[in-house]
Amino acid sequence: MLRTYRSPRYEYRTPPELHERANVRYPVVVVGAGPVGLVAAIDLAQSGTPVVLVDEDDTVSTGSRGICYAKRTLEILDRLGVGDDCIAKGVSWNVGRTFLGRDEVYSFDLQRQSGHKRPGMVNLQQYYLEEYLIRRALALQCLDLRFKSRVVGVAPEADGMVLKIQTPDGEYSLRASWLVAADGARSGIRRKLGLDIDGQVFPDRFLIADVTMKGTLPPERRFWFDPPFHRNKSVLLHRQADDVWRIDFQLDPEADADTEKKPDRVMRRIRAMFGDEREFELEWVSVYTFQSRRMPCFRHGRVVFVGDAAHQVSPFGARGANSGIQDADNLCWKLRLVLEGRAPEALLDTYSEERVLAADENIRHSNRSMDFIAPRPGAALTLRNAVLELARDHEFARPLVNSGRLSVPTILSESRLNTADGGAFAGAMVPGAPLDDAPVSVSGRAGWLLDHVQGRFTVLYYVDDEPADGDVQQAAMVQALAGAVVPLEVVPIARRGHPGAGASSVLEDSEGRFAERYDALHGTTYLVRPDQHACGRWRTFRPESLLAALARATCNAPATGSP
Amino acid sequence: MMLELQPNFHEPGRQHRCAFPPGDDFFNLLLEAHRDLTVEQSAMVNARLILLLANHIGNLAVLREAMEIARDGR
Repeated sequence: MLRTYRSPRYEYRTPPELHERANVRYPVVVVGAGPVGLVAAIDLAQSGTPVVLVDEDDTVSTGSRGICYAKRTLEILDRLGVGDDCIAKGVSWNVGRTFLGRDEVYSFDLQRQSGHKRPGMVNLQQYYLEEYLIRRALALQCLDLRFKSRVVGVAPEADGMVLKIQTPDGEYSLRASWLVAADGARSGIRRKLGLDIDGQVFPDRFLIADVTMKGTLPPERRFWFDPPFHRNKSVLLHRQADDVWRIDFQLDPEADADTEKKPDRVMRRIRAMFGDEREFELEWVSVYTFQSRRMPCFRHGRVVFVGDAAHQVSPFGARGANSGIQDADNLCWKLRLVLEGRAPEALLDTYSEERVLAADENIRHSNRSMDFIAPRPGAALTLRNAVLELARDHEFARPLVNSGRLSVPTILSESRLNTADGGAFAGAMVPGAPLDDAPVSVSGRAGWLLDHVQGRFTVLYYVDDEPADGDVQQAAMVQALAGAVVPLEVVPIARRGHPGAGASSVLEDSEGRFAERYDALHGTTYLVRPDQHACGRWRTFRPESLLAALARATCNAPATGSP
Repeated sequence: MMLELQPNFHEPGRQHRCAFPPGDDFFNLLLEAHRDLTVEQSAMVNARLILLLANHIGNLAVLREAMEIARDGR
């Protein structure tokens, strides 16, 4: 049905368990090769952890499905080597506009400041993201990607899990020390293990129509309340790659999916929207409903749940795939340290704690958007309509208009992995915050801060005073941190024009954005987690404080009464 | 004092990211105040709320202005 895309078919190979009677136990098995499972498997494999990724299918997603990938997700995809592919193919955007009837009543800009490598959002059909991730996965030696492999059984064993896998060649047992369940909203692993997921089912139905159309509209998100072409309901428009446009029509809760999907009917809706002259072709049509729910805990013994398997939200806000990819980002470094014996299993409980907080934030924001987009009859509807009416003329009501609050990463300020500020700080880079990007240069070459701080614990140290020799300082720092429980990288960052900034191992704060965003003075030191979240900061470089914070961030600190 | 018609919702000590206006918290509070109520009960909650807030504002000139906008709907 798709005119712009042909789904690749990937080769199924008989697994070694079936022809060699092998009975190895793998450190990690990931179930589900959607974006989240692929990200998890790639993250683990590219840092040297052998991983098996199984998927029941042998191709990418059918239909465009998840299309909005947020800045934080792009930063993670950069670390995995597919960020450039996504940016090159996708449609980058920052501005969203919300209309009442034909009039604009509210707009937002996801990137109010310049000096970030990635835009606020990129729109890209899910099948492209999966294709790029699969290409990357197939290039990794440590990653064994098995298509046409359906999980038909799962059971715990001592220090691990055993999966029963069904393939075209028959069934076999697959053993894993750790199982990552990325098998989606209807997670078979979750159901087979009898685990709960609780929340709210929305009665509302939405129609997705992807159409190909030569567009003249700017790359923006557009949302209408009560437009003339779809009275008393909402419509959402997104531009995707290949001149494909996504249109989301709110339907009546009692609408019949099969009737609504009939091409004539969909075409009529689209013509009403764009006018009769505009040429377009239908690419994909779907009617969907959704739920908003999460599991009480994302870790159950040797099984860890990520993405839709663990939590689901309404799509308004692009918080589904984005939060799932951020789950994987949070989990993988912890799993790696546990597997290496450098951190206790308790570190994996902090995966659940931190991502439950994030899931709750995502559920809260997306539920509020749903309360506004599809209010219940009665007071909620009256109040929503009052806001919309007042928003035409009065500035104060406009920010109340809620057509979706788009995905930004959760600030993990409550996390027990953080160390409280060692000094007075201003600015947004509190312990638990994902790092803000900043332009930097190395030996005169322009680059980005986040590309230099990834995949490992990093000490960021700001140099302002003169004289200072970056290399000598760095060597002394590395020496001072030699006893660290996990490998630690020291990255000095020097004021723009600082004499030490020429050294190849020193980043230059080329536009002064680092100093500004990190409230950095000479000696300011940040400890950064492998997932690019700050977990401690100080006004001077103090090795003993850093080592204590590192122990805390890896659950290696001796137990204390209170933080 | 004039009626404030610029965005004014805030919560001391709480940080809000630019993408989420603090008004979201207000609107959610308001919906929660009405959750599971009948039409009559909701109307009574609204009436009480207006009286409480009107007394808090106190200034009749401001209240008069607000009532005019509310009655006209714009």
